[in-house]
Amino acid sequence: MKKRDSAKGARYGMVIDLDRCTGCGTCTIACAAENNVSVLYDESDKTRNINWLKIYMLTNGKAFPHTEVVYLPRPCMQCGNPPCVPVCPATATTNDSDDGIVSQIYTRCIGCRYCMAACPYHARDFNWFDPAFPKGMDRYLSPEVSPRMRGVVEKCSFCHHRLMSAKSKAYFEGRRDLREDEYIPACVEACPTQAITFGDLNNPKHRVSELIKNPSAFRLLERLGTEPKVYYLTTKDWMRRMADNYLQGESKKEGNRPEKKNG
Amino acid sequence: MDEALIPNGVQRCSPKTFFLWMLVWLALISWGLVSAFLCFYKGLNQTNMNHYFAFGLWIVFDLSLIALGAGAFFTGFLAHVIGNVFIYPFVKNLKTIVNAAVVIGFICYSGAIAMLGVDIGQPLRGWFIFWHANVHSMLTEVSFCITVYLGVLTIEYLPLIFSNRKLDKIPELNIFGDSLHHLVALFAAAGTFLSFFHQGSLGGMFGVLFGRPFAFRQGFFIWPWTFFLFIHSSIAAGPSFTLLCVWITQKVTGKTLVQKSVFTLLAKISGWLLATYIILKILDTIGWAYGVVPRAGLSFMDFYQGFYGVWLIIAEIGVFGIIPAIILITPQLRERNGLLVIGAAMNVIGIVFNRFVFSIQTLAVPVMPFDTFMSYLPTWQEWGIALGTVGYGILLFSLSYRYLSLFPQEAELNPVTIFGQVVKDFGVIKRG
Repeated sequence: MKKRDSAKGARYGMVIDLDRCTGCGTCTIACAAENNVSVLYDESDKTRNINWLKIYMLTNGKAFPHTEVVYLPRPCMQCGNPPCVPVCPATATTNDSDDGIVSQIYTRCIGCRYCMAACPYHARDFNWFDPAFPKGMDRYLSPEVSPRMRGVVEKCSFCHHRLMSAKSKAYFEGRRDLREDEYIPACVEACPTQAITFGDLNNPKHRVSELIKNPSAFRLLERLGTEPKVYYLTTKDWMRRMADNYLQGESKKEGNRPEKKNG
Repeated sequence: MDEALIPNGVQRCSPKTFFLWMLVWLALISWGLVSAFLCFYKGLNQTNMNHYFAFGLWIVFDLSLIALGAGAFFTGFLAHVIGNVFIYPFVKNLKTIVNAAVVIGFICYSGAIAMLGVDIGQPLRGWFIFWHANVHSMLTEVSFCITVYLGVLTIEYLPLIFSNRKLDKIPELNIFGDSLHHLVALFAAAGTFLSFFHQGSLGGMFGVLFGRPFAFRQGFFIWPWTFFLFIHSSIAAGPSFTLLCVWITQKVTGKTLVQKSVFTLLAKISGWLLATYIILKILDTIGWAYGVVPRAGLSFMDFYQGFYGVWLIIAEIGVFGIIPAIILITPQLRERNGLLVIGAAMNVIGIVFNRFVFSIQTLAVPVMPFDTFMSYLPTWQEWGIALGTVGYGILLFSLSYRYLSLFPQEAELNPVTIFGQVVKDFGVIKRG
């Protein structure tokens, strides 16, 4: 399976420490509020609701008192080799070579959903319904992010509008590079346990570039060759193994390879 | 009432019977139109598709219709290109069925495109595929080729429409139809070129999904093996579908419309193509099971669970692959009318199974270890649009059969006699 990362400039990524995550859901709420994520009439329909950052509750499958639980927040993996980008017939999703962010152009999306079929992480949501917000909530919509219409696909953008604002600010201050704390997505900012770290994986000054070298770091479905830019940390062996598929008796080390820089 | 429109020398049922026959299909079309209206007005929440099943019944129908419509380009290719250049019996035999194959192809492609128009979330933006074309996407290739090929099919269908007794009398249409007819070999060749690409791209659409180990395939250059397998399977099943449609028309009308030798020739071509396809499909499955699957850290049985069990692969390759291939390539078996039709029908069912497996099972199989198998059942709106397309097909084919010279041998094989005299211009005689 092909391995390619088209990012030439910055390569924004995320490291989520699963041992710190309590599954409180603050990141999900912050994400929805920041990005004008619409609300379904029946939000209990988890196969159709819009959720850019989904939290999975995973257990080691053992009986009490040996039960262990991990909450795994799953934003878009912002893959370096995204399966969704080359399949879009209308070029409505692109992999930005300046920042490595996989974007979605809502006004160009025709709603064929081929990208959803391509994504193994189920990180893409289709608007099956007209966007709706509970009464009064429409007054809290962010002017920075366009709400999506019925019939298009949407996904986590690493709060791309925040990157644009930070870049504009830096430009007016005569700077080309962003400081580490200048651009962070809403979920990272909101996490009460600071389980999520964000930054440029290519920049050695950013904490994320160090964190991904941790032997406990892993990515989801790494062997498919999608090169996700979202890393996870955990000391729990079973969780690292659960992040990918392994044949019986196969070593889990396969799924724990450090990513090549700009490979 | 409509005698003046009916071709010379052939007999048709009364307008009343024809109207009642059409009512059935109009009812199906109405169901489809109501469903389409609801989908346009209220959105795709009218379906049972969801974030897991991004594709549903319509894509299965689309892929199947396009594969089965391959009979049009392949029969045309054999009759007009191969037949004219190399093998004369192809011209002699297949030209008697090529008109019907063109109409069936036109129905399949136009039906599939109409269904896709409802399937996309933003139908008014359908043209963005051409305007903002992503040349790396197999779906772009499919869209371009299907659209252009529907144009080719229209050009092939037009001379047939203009040959209608009434329209034939309009000089401009007559000349236009004749001019198009003279270029038929060129259009057959263009159709073949376009068809090879879109049949292949439809297979490629799934083969390139490297995030979905169930569908992903290695291949040659930029084309995964599914690209070639989809071409091969469509030209194997397409002639069988044409054969089946003509056989059903014969049963419904109670007439012999083409000679049996045409049926057996189509069955033979279909059978050998199916046999070679099944061998390649088995090799592909073995290659996938020992290559893609273990590399993704999965085992063969991980993909076959619950409803989507091993029975699907047994049904697709074994029951509806190997058995019809044996029936259709064995002269003694295909010479028997019943077995010939059963073989062709099984071949058609096999291809539908294959397209179902690629579009639905690919999405049902979980990729993340903590995900589970999903299942999907279409709503009445989804069935309405799918069956409405079938109704549209039967309606258009019935109209074409009634008013156009779909089968050039019909008059010769079913002579109409009055007082012992063969009547060539039957249009003037009152029908019962």
